[in-house]
Amino acid sequence: MKLKHLTAGLAALAVAAPLAATTAQAYELTIPSLVYRTGPYAPGGIPFANGYADYFKLLEQRDGGINGATINFVECETAYNTQQGVECYENTKNQGESGALVYQPLSTGITYQLIPKASVDEIPLFTMGYGRTSAANGKVFPWIFNFPGTYWDAASGMVNYAAAIEGGEDKLSGKTIALVYHNSAYGKEPIRTLEELAKKHGFKLELLPVDHPGQEQKATWLQIRRMQPDWVLMWGWGVMNQVAVKEASSIRFPMDRFIGNWWAGSEHDVTPAGEGANGYLSATFHAPGADFPLHQEILEKVYDANMGAGERERVGEVLYNRGLVAAVWTVEAIRKAMEIKGSNEITGKDVREGLEALNVTEARLAELGLPNFTYPVEISCSVHSDPGTVLIQQWDAAAGTWHVVASGIEPDRSVIMPLIEEDSAAYAAENNITPRDCN
Amino acid sequence: MLYREAGQYKTSYQSDQAIFPIAQDRWVVWTFVAVAFLVVPFFVNDYWTNAVLLPLLIYGLAALGLNILVGYCGQISLGTGGFMAVGAYASYKLMTSFPEMNMILVVLLSGGITAAVGSLFGLPSLRIKGFYLAVATLAAQFFLVWLFNKVGWFYNYSMTGQITAPDREMFGFLLTGPSALPWVKYLFCLTILTVFALIAKNLVRGRLGRNWMAIRDMDIAAELIGVRPLLTKLSAFAVSSFYIGMAGSLLFSVYLGAVEVGEVFGINVSFLVLFMVIIGGLGSIVGSFMGAAFLVLLPIFLKNFMVDGFGMMPVTAKHVEILLMGLLIIFFLIVEPHGLARLWQITKEKLRMWPFPY
Repeated sequence: MKLKHLTAGLAALAVAAPLAATTAQAYELTIPSLVYRTGPYAPGGIPFANGYADYFKLLEQRDGGINGATINFVECETAYNTQQGVECYENTKNQGESGALVYQPLSTGITYQLIPKASVDEIPLFTMGYGRTSAANGKVFPWIFNFPGTYWDAASGMVNYAAAIEGGEDKLSGKTIALVYHNSAYGKEPIRTLEELAKKHGFKLELLPVDHPGQEQKATWLQIRRMQPDWVLMWGWGVMNQVAVKEASSIRFPMDRFIGNWWAGSEHDVTPAGEGANGYLSATFHAPGADFPLHQEILEKVYDANMGAGERERVGEVLYNRGLVAAVWTVEAIRKAMEIKGSNEITGKDVREGLEALNVTEARLAELGLPNFTYPVEISCSVHSDPGTVLIQQWDAAAGTWHVVASGIEPDRSVIMPLIEEDSAAYAAENNITPRDCN
Repeated sequence: MLYREAGQYKTSYQSDQAIFPIAQDRWVVWTFVAVAFLVVPFFVNDYWTNAVLLPLLIYGLAALGLNILVGYCGQISLGTGGFMAVGAYASYKLMTSFPEMNMILVVLLSGGITAAVGSLFGLPSLRIKGFYLAVATLAAQFFLVWLFNKVGWFYNYSMTGQITAPDREMFGFLLTGPSALPWVKYLFCLTILTVFALIAKNLVRGRLGRNWMAIRDMDIAAELIGVRPLLTKLSAFAVSSFYIGMAGSLLFSVYLGAVEVGEVFGINVSFLVLFMVIIGGLGSIVGSFMGAAFLVLLPIFLKNFMVDGFGMMPVTAKHVEILLMGLLIIFFLIVEPHGLARLWQITKEKLRMWPFPY
């Protein structure tokens, strides 16, 4: 009898002990951040990395971590280079108690590299609006998340914006749309969708590749001048964007007919062209500027305490905000994972569950200090990219700011979804993956 | 005292022609090889294999290949990245077209295909020399990268132009793909590197290697004594490209698994491998490995030392690393223009007389 009590007591203690331990000694969450503050793309990498780092710094300062667990923020420099990215990934994946919880690989090359590896190591990848578009199919890519939108959503959203300006979808027929793209996996992503859309709407699609790094585009823009397209879309990155905007202004191409994707629309892309860049458009999925409660809080609690990752004036730049929103969604997924598990001792596997159950509503965004900043996101087992809605922002050269000119542009998912099915099925067949059942 | 050849008599042609005529050298090399094959595989993990050892072995192989062309035959080449891309795309096409094909065969055939392409681009070397040849091979670099980006057949018309290595086994162990075991990948690359380093050493000691060196030292004199420049130069291009192609094939299939031609095989790779050869020592097998080790291991070491050891910001560490690498390269080239291999040779000569130098 006594023994029985003792065992029962011990068992109760064993159950209670970890709970007690969590309050006594905080669990440490390892958040790796693969950044590229050096190398050819550093101007784009620095603000993103700063936004990502500042949000975690704010959580540390304000809340002491996430739900009582402390944050071990590990930055690793990749220089946008695949081999250094692999080194960073291998170096950070097993760090700390939790191991790496979720990766934001940032470069398309590193993303493609990590898609199969992360699945084996059971660490989710959050490739926010980049990487492999067909990873939106959660049945084939359970470990990859690319919300809030894919490149195909962006392409379709840009075409829909053009249609709206022209005065209706039927007006696109007979028009010419040129795509100026970085000649790499990244730049080639939208072609498939644009080809389908060209068929559907009857516009003519002209493809103009620009080789890395894109310093020399005279020939490309001469071609554009000759073919007189009605719209130019651009999938550019790094120095290519600045050169393209400059060349476009020098051939006097109407800037309000020139739309960059969400990696071709930040301050440093347009400022070198000066006045000429006025009116340049770019697709995005979040608002620009620092006029949000969260930014004010970051300035107060992080920058006033001299702990900011970057310069104070650059808080609120387009790519800063992108890094910030990436961190916000990541943390929401971590919170969700803790909620599902009922404890804050989570690993990468739990974060995957959290990402899959993620539901960030507008009310939640307002609570976080980002009202009307981006679209609500709801992820499910089969759909890893939601909602795909696109904003269009325009550059005001005189004021030196971006402002939103059109919001709530829905992509044509009736065209995109079959393509995602097709491409992910091809990937599954090539790699012997049986799509999981999501019902 | 320790490193002394006194008393080691060579009584046969065989011992006179040995690769390592001094017994101490043999012991060191055998121990090194034994440790690499028998001890290291038990200790490697994902980090050591994927971040340190595989790039070291693969760039070692590429540097060895380039050293044959630049160091032994005196033909400068800036097309290494392009030729590695040929190896990578050849193995991708072979792996996807013939799923049953053994990986060793895939690597060898990829090397063979690259050798053919390399000899083709070597043809201008019969007419032009020096800087002009460098420009011609630079054209090869840009042309090949453009080709693999442009023509869909090479990447099986995949939507993004990326190539991904399918899972392949070797003796029942998974060698390629994300679930491959680190020690299998390591041993596979190590075996290929060891075998082909031995072949290279024997090639350069033999008739072919002597022809190459004759052409390098003075092509007109070589022609006068009966060395045929056509065959000699083209064979140097072929053998060199064979090695570089194998390195490209391993880089794609075993090391990275997914490759985008412009990023992984760009002009910077050509320069990287050329620097390995120059820093390691032109015309030296061991120099190729030293150069590869210098340029692959030192950045990783510096990074870990500064970031984990001193808690430096990763970006600051990166800038310091770039600075230090540059300084070290200049330092070594000033101290010893003939490369690390020559430094090693000087050390050995000094060691022979130690502790009683005269």
